[in-house]
Amino acid sequence: HTITLPKPEISGPGLQMSLIRGTDLFGYIGIEAVLDQMRSKTMKAGFEFNIMVVGQSGLGKSTLVNTLFKSKVSRKSCTPNYEEKISKTVKLQTVSHVIEENGVKMKLTVIDTPGFGDQINNDNCWEPIVKYVNEQYEKYLREELHINRKRVIPDSRVHCCIYFLPATGHRLRPIDVEFMKRLGKIVSIVPVIAKADTLTIEERQEFKERIRQDLVDNGIHVYPQKEYDEDPEERILNNSIRESIPFAVVGTDKEHQVNGNKVLGRKTNWGIIEVENVAHCEFANLRDLLIRSHLQDLKDVTHNIHYETYRVRRLNESNMNFSEPGPLTMSVF
Amino acid sequence: MKTFVSESWLNTHVTQLPRQKNQTWARPLSLAGHVGFDSLPDQLVNKSICQGFCFNILCIGETGIGKSTLMDTLFNTNFENFESSHFEPQVKLRAQTYDLQESNVRLRLTVVNTVGFGDQMNKQESYQPVVDYIDRQFESYLQEELKIKRSLHNYHDSRVHACLYFISPSGHSLKSLDLVTMKKLDSKVNIIPVIAKADTISKSELHKFKIKIMSELVSNGVQIYQFPLDDETVAKVNTTMNGHLPFAVVGSTEEVSVGNKMVKARQYPWGVVQVENENHCDFVKLREMLICVNMEDLREQTHTRHYELYRRCKLEEMGFKDTGPECKPVSLQQTYEAKRQEFLVELQKREDEMRQMFVQRVKEKESELKEAERDLQGRFEQLKRLHADEKAALEEKKRLLDDDQSSFSKRRAAAQLLQAQSLTANGKKDKDRKK
Repeated sequence: HTITLPKPEISGPGLQMSLIRGTDLFGYIGIEAVLDQMRSKTMKAGFEFNIMVVGQSGLGKSTLVNTLFKSKVSRKSCTPNYEEKISKTVKLQTVSHVIEENGVKMKLTVIDTPGFGDQINNDNCWEPIVKYVNEQYEKYLREELHINRKRVIPDSRVHCCIYFLPATGHRLRPIDVEFMKRLGKIVSIVPVIAKADTLTIEERQEFKERIRQDLVDNGIHVYPQKEYDEDPEERILNNSIRESIPFAVVGTDKEHQVNGNKVLGRKTNWGIIEVENVAHCEFANLRDLLIRSHLQDLKDVTHNIHYETYRVRRLNESNMNFSEPGPLTMSVF
Repeated sequence: MKTFVSESWLNTHVTQLPRQKNQTWARPLSLAGHVGFDSLPDQLVNKSICQGFCFNILCIGETGIGKSTLMDTLFNTNFENFESSHFEPQVKLRAQTYDLQESNVRLRLTVVNTVGFGDQMNKQESYQPVVDYIDRQFESYLQEELKIKRSLHNYHDSRVHACLYFISPSGHSLKSLDLVTMKKLDSKVNIIPVIAKADTISKSELHKFKIKIMSELVSNGVQIYQFPLDDETVAKVNTTMNGHLPFAVVGSTEEVSVGNKMVKARQYPWGVVQVENENHCDFVKLREMLICVNMEDLREQTHTRHYELYRRCKLEEMGFKDTGPECKPVSLQQTYEAKRQEFLVELQKREDEMRQMFVQRVKEKESELKEAERDLQGRFEQLKRLHADEKAALEEKKRLLDDDQSSFSKRRAAAQLLQAQSLTANGKKDKDRKK
């Protein structure tokens, strides 16, 4: 039978584009096999994911990260002589692991911030963190600007920053507002309510509403940001996520028997808090967001938006000083 | 006539109580029948009931940690509390007084809460308002005590009897803010640390946490309130309770039905935390210890230990001493008199000094003025002389001018005369010619 081509649209000087739908093809071509090719290539290459945890000591950061990745990935669990000392300044420490699931390898780096918010005087405690994030962008930028570039640029940029809010039940505190304002501009922040087993369901709902209100009042943008929704489907999905942040989480690495099944939970004298039960806490939602559905999106947002913002700013800075060739331009030319 | 009983006679015939230092020895007597003064404690109690009791609790803790809820739960009422914001620029204290009554005992309870504690970015001065508040209450009591006309039995004692310090349930250790604050307060008030929101810690974690907290307190030299062990009726229960410090508490004013009863509890999807269940939290222990068993001891400790320390420091600061320069006991009265004299002498000296200074200043001013006057006078004279000189000069000039004028007029007159003469001579000649 004849193929009727639709009217060609002129989309540029001398360029003719026509749309051929899949059902109009003569036979099977095999374009969709490219998805498999992509899958096998990425499986071979592996993924990188860098996650930063920020919050006062005692809020359960290490436990939560261990629970998320179902293995002992936190710094506490890896260092042999780990001491629970309160450090005098905020020092960032990174720990990297390679974990594998069904043939997919992931290099996971957990960046810990001990000492944040623990001092008596917490003025400017976010500065070491801001400096670290910008340093990673700078490293990547330099690699990108090299004449002879590596095939794969090592990516140490922070893809996601989980900020732990203590479950006071009231509102955001000054330190929370200051930190999220500054870091929301350069990295994707995911706020969570830590140790949420201290709030009843109503208290939890009220707390979340108040926090969302505070975030709007202070102009803080947390992940997923409204401006970066690409299509209506994504918007619907992200809207439902935005309605329920910050997630109220409980973390544990112990298993108990409940109704004949082994579940992860915290055992108390009045019941067992099942970590993966959505009626109890929102850990499962957080895990799905971070790992199962939005992991690649987090990386994309970091690369396409935060990194690009940094790059534009940095290149403009060095362009403005024509007389003194900055270190950037020197390396380029 | 006085009769003395020798020591040796006493030692053999009368069983003595062990002689205590500084106590005047009194020999024990046995009674032949019932006298009736065994009702003295009852009389005391009845009097106290009429007067009513006073108890002041200070609650220190971060915003949102559950201080108000715990107070409501402890006293089974609803104190009107409003939520405070996290954005207070400084720590403030809010005191509220309530009159409670249970059977025939009236209690005037004052609950003081910190507002904004732990919220600021810079918490270095956070403990200061609390210390100031406690000192202020001691100060007003001291003032009342030192008044000439005083009414101590009517005085509303506002000194802080117990301080509940709320520790956040991190499960690890105390925060540095906690240690610093408690260290500043341990010599001023009875500190009872409690672990707040204890339903977030599991049993094993709680045990480790309590041990860690107590060891940190000991290693930093913080003295918390220990339940007293000297009274046998309560020594046993107090010893066990001392071992459970700090108490891990949960507060709730809502009731949930458990079994067939309504109990105070918090309802979660995974279970119900009952406030008064000893397996769930230490709330009952806290209520026992704070109110039922040791309230009176807390008040006594505040008065005899903390208040006395404050009083001693304050009076020593003002310069009072209990012993004079030769180490002889000096009463407050004498010291006060001596101080007063000293003060008056000082005052007199100052007054004299001021007077002297004033006189000197006046003299100086006077001489200055005289000097100025002389100066002016001199100038006046000078000007006068100048004026006279000029006048003389002008006179001279005038005289010369006059002379000139007169000589000129003489010469003119002479010239005129000559002219007139020559004219008449010419006229005469003409006349002669004509003839």
